Amino acid sequence: MSEKKQTTMVPYPSHAIVPERDVDKKPVLEARHLGVEFGGLKAVDDFNLIIGATEIAGLIGPNGAGKTTIFNLITKVYQPTMGTILLDGKDTAGMNTIQINKLGIARTFQNIRLFDKLTVEDNVKIGLHNQMKYSAGTGVLRLPGYWKQEKRMHEKALDLLSIFDMQDLADHEAGSLPYGAQRRLEIVRALATNPKLLLLDEPAAGMNPAETAELMENIVKIRDTFQIAIMLIEHDMKLVMGICEGIAVLNYGRIIAKGTPSEIQNNPTVVEAYLGKKKEG
Amino acid sequence: MKKKNNKVFISNLITYAMVIIAFVIMFSLMNAGMLSRSTKGLLIPICVWIVMAVSLNLTVGISGELSLGHAGFMCVGAFVGAVIATVLKQPVENEALRLIIAMIVGGVAAGITGVIVGVPVLRLRGDYLAIVTLAFGEIIRNVLNCVYVGMDATTGALSFGFNNPSLPGKLIVNGPQGVQGITRISTFPIGFALIIFTLIVVLNMTNSRAGRAMMALRDNRIAAESVGISATKYKLMAFVTSAALAGMAGALYAMNYSTVTGAKFKFDTSILVLVFVVLGGIGNIRGSIIAATVLTVLPEMLREFSDYRMLIYAIVLILVMLATNSPAFKQWFDIAKEKIVSLFGKKDGKGDAANE
Repeated sequence: MSEKKQTTMVPYPSHAIVPERDVDKKPVLEARHLGVEFGGLKAVDDFNLIIGATEIAGLIGPNGAGKTTIFNLITKVYQPTMGTILLDGKDTAGMNTIQINKLGIARTFQNIRLFDKLTVEDNVKIGLHNQMKYSAGTGVLRLPGYWKQEKRMHEKALDLLSIFDMQDLADHEAGSLPYGAQRRLEIVRALATNPKLLLLDEPAAGMNPAETAELMENIVKIRDTFQIAIMLIEHDMKLVMGICEGIAVLNYGRIIAKGTPSEIQNNPTVVEAYLGKKKEG
Repeated sequence: MKKKNNKVFISNLITYAMVIIAFVIMFSLMNAGMLSRSTKGLLIPICVWIVMAVSLNLTVGISGELSLGHAGFMCVGAFVGAVIATVLKQPVENEALRLIIAMIVGGVAAGITGVIVGVPVLRLRGDYLAIVTLAFGEIIRNVLNCVYVGMDATTGALSFGFNNPSLPGKLIVNGPQGVQGITRISTFPIGFALIIFTLIVVLNMTNSRAGRAMMALRDNRIAAESVGISATKYKLMAFVTSAALAGMAGALYAMNYSTVTGAKFKFDTSILVLVFVVLGGIGNIRGSIIAATVLTVLPEMLREFSDYRMLIYAIVLILVMLATNSPAFKQWFDIAKEKIVSLFGKKDGKGDAANE
């Protein structure tokens, strides 16, 4: 990771930046003046962001800044009270979580949400729910369609699990996996839904440095193999600065800075938000 | 995968084998005339309660919604099935065929009721859902208490009345007095066939795409929706399938008696079925079968205690619940078992010494 080449960021269309290679493609996500109020409290206010088609974007900020709320707005766990979200140029107003996922956004959760009592493989197969279909009747009657699709699902599930070398764990109960493996399984499950944009909520939380380094490689690998955009929330600055191309910094529900890792590191507003104001004199 | 598939496959095989072996034994004993009258009378109710327990387990165990109105669907199946069987008495001579038709129509009617109840009810979650299903179960029963159906003896034309018993012809559904003059056509082999049908539907559904979606919603609704699984669709699917199976069981139940009234499908019947499911293990199909069988036979076996019957039944229920769920009790039970074993061991040792 150390010899990572800095991506050149270019303005898009005027106020936002995307990686140079994505400038001719439609951005995967565009949030315009996004905001949500909870009983008068503005949890997110005037949030503007554009994510390029194959960008790895970072969303950082102090605790309680509203980062997970942004994810919940994008995936429509909360309905935004203000602004628009365009996914692949399509307005997502009035859609629910299920439709958003079918359109191509998949996510992981800060507090892991796996199907604990089911096996690792079944967790991934549930992710494949809308990718490989057969009717409930076919399943009950065990028609040829069932066997064909189940076989395809099984192969695809193992294929996806092999990204993290987890194919040997396929028969294990998801809840019994170690913490790091559970986080990885969540990513695999999200990938199974064939997303265009993958939202990772603190993927490295609870991982040791070795696991984090591996995770960083894998996130880049996922982006390169699937050619998708990834947006991640993370407190581990080594990870964020190491792999994110564009970073947005959030504080009190507002974006206080946007830019490349080096720009963010040298931004006085960001330093102030994290460390507090320098005493004058 | 191979291993896991085998595990599920073997577990299901054991379930089927258990039911088939039990049927073969009971059926041959019955044909040999070795069963007492009271035991014979229990066979069909056992089939009915097994189907009820397994179908409720689909809602409670697999889909994860506590439904307290399962007897309501059984009631619909019983009434519709009994009416159909009475109407078809002339055209369909074959009793088994008539019963099967009655069960299918009863099941479809209960399934439709399931859709009507399920659509509003499944918008609720947890305790609220349980309470509303309870209410709907009672509503269904009370509505059926007001229904009168008359059949013209010569033409066979049906006439319906709501709260209005003055109908032409013979009353086959007589309000609170229920369906009367049913020909008792339920047989043990058909009861067994219904159990097998229920097992195929429930087990195959559980181990398929739809079943996985149901279990995903049960384990974590937010995560399931985040991967694009529609909660409404799969919760309703489980609920309606479960209702339809209960309707079929209801039809089988009704045709085992000459009269069937709404009073038989009260709230306590729903609870009874829930007790089978909880004692057998939520989500455990084989457990439901065993619990339904044991708890149907047990009250009959306790008949000699007459007045204390229900008291002992309750105590047995509590003990089983404790033994299966409480770790403290389990520990205590283990210690007790060990002591008993060591006691016997000592005794044996002493006995041996004395013998020497």
